[in-house]
Amino acid sequence: MSFWDITLELLSGFGFTLALFILTLIFAIPLGLAISFARMSTIKPVQSVTKVFIWVIRGIPLMLLIFMIYYLPGLLGSQMFNVFDHLDRYFTGVSGSLELLRYGSFLAVLIAFVINYSCYFAEIFRGGIESIPQGQYEAGQVLGLTKSQIFTKVVLKQVIKRILPPMTNEIITLVKDTALANAIAVPEIILCAKDLASIKAIVWPLFYTAVFYLIFVGLLTIILGKAEKKLSYFKA
Amino acid sequence: MFLEVKNITKKFGETNVLKGIDFGLEKGQVLSIIGSSGSGKTTLLRCLNFLETPDTGTIFVDGDCIFNAADTGKKSSAEARENRLSFGLVFQSFNLFPQYSVMENLMLAPKLRAKEEAKKKRLKKATLNKMYAEIEKKAVSLLASVGLSEKHNFYPCELSGGQQQRVSIARALMLDPDILFFDEPTSALDPEITGEVLKVIKGLAAHNMTMIIVTHEMNFAREVSDKIIFMDEGVVAAEGTPEEIFASENERLHHFLAAFNGDAE
Repeated sequence: MSFWDITLELLSGFGFTLALFILTLIFAIPLGLAISFARMSTIKPVQSVTKVFIWVIRGIPLMLLIFMIYYLPGLLGSQMFNVFDHLDRYFTGVSGSLELLRYGSFLAVLIAFVINYSCYFAEIFRGGIESIPQGQYEAGQVLGLTKSQIFTKVVLKQVIKRILPPMTNEIITLVKDTALANAIAVPEIILCAKDLASIKAIVWPLFYTAVFYLIFVGLLTIILGKAEKKLSYFKA
Repeated sequence: MFLEVKNITKKFGETNVLKGIDFGLEKGQVLSIIGSSGSGKTTLLRCLNFLETPDTGTIFVDGDCIFNAADTGKKSSAEARENRLSFGLVFQSFNLFPQYSVMENLMLAPKLRAKEEAKKKRLKKATLNKMYAEIEKKAVSLLASVGLSEKHNFYPCELSGGQQQRVSIARALMLDPDILFFDEPTSALDPEITGEVLKVIKGLAAHNMTMIIVTHEMNFAREVSDKIIFMDEGVVAAEGTPEEIFASENERLHHFLAAFNGDAE
């Protein structure tokens, strides 16, 4: 296999990596915001349940969470059904592919990632929101703004400025965590490289995958750094 | 009386911070509230501005009841918001919005109100733009009146404390409050720049703005006020014109003022 063929092979795996990354962000950010509001709720039971939930999710290794999501539906069902496995077979059947397509497994991984990351994001959001001085809310109140106006027009931008550095960290960690998807055989980039090593006995692509991660993380660092700089015009 | 405050009490846990405050104020008058830390001055101000909810009491402005502790909960939040706008408040720590320029700080609340009104009355876009233009004109003239005409596009972090406080006074005036409240407006400022803020407040007094000022600046209170209230342990311990207050025989008040003169020397 030429260098070019191997690059293409790895790129197809990187497609899964990218899709998992983007979809996790799309779902985990709003869900994280909702969880942070529940965590800050003045209703005690809501607050405590959320606290326990965050503790459990952050306390479980992400890989274990992936296994739980993937296997539990099958174990709970009467016929040891695994919905995700079913989906894998269904998609494979529909597309007429000779290889098993792992779209169902991918869904299981995505669910695990969204749950895991929304809890981390929730705590970052909470830290940001609680760090805004009370005076900002009060100034909005005496000027007759509604609660939602105070949040969207006064507080939000200050919160974004404050949470951008920890979010950048978390987002970069997410890029690398996507490799965990190979625990249930989702063919992300590292699994592709491993297959090349075991089937074709070519080992170097495994190390070559680092280039893909480095380029992508480099791009993210530049973009998020720009966003941070854009918000540096004010102090908060 | 233009403003009538009756029997305001407030408890924090087991502590009675306000033990029944009554006072009144005529339109165009300036009232100063003095007293040592912990006497309840700031809590009173916060109660009057609905940042705290009084446990008991009523507040009337121009004959309209804007607060009655006995029937809260019945009022819609929209009505509560309307009532709140009878009063403006200038904070000790300015509380400008850091992400907005000086002009944007002034225009934010009025523009949001205009937008809401336009939506409710189904006004045309052109009418709304006309309202926005009015708001901008008003902001420009208010900034000129506090001496900050060259600072329109500055951000709060680029201004001195005194300038920030003058912006926050202009911001509070944008909504035409009936009464403007000040919570120790110069306490967060270096002594050499308190003058510029006090001058602005004096200017407002000269234009008959009704104001209530919690302050530690005794000379300023004496100069600008029509009436002074001395608070002590949650009650109005003395009340009168500046002349009456500063000549009072009340022992606690005497003690308090003596401590201030001691400081000055």
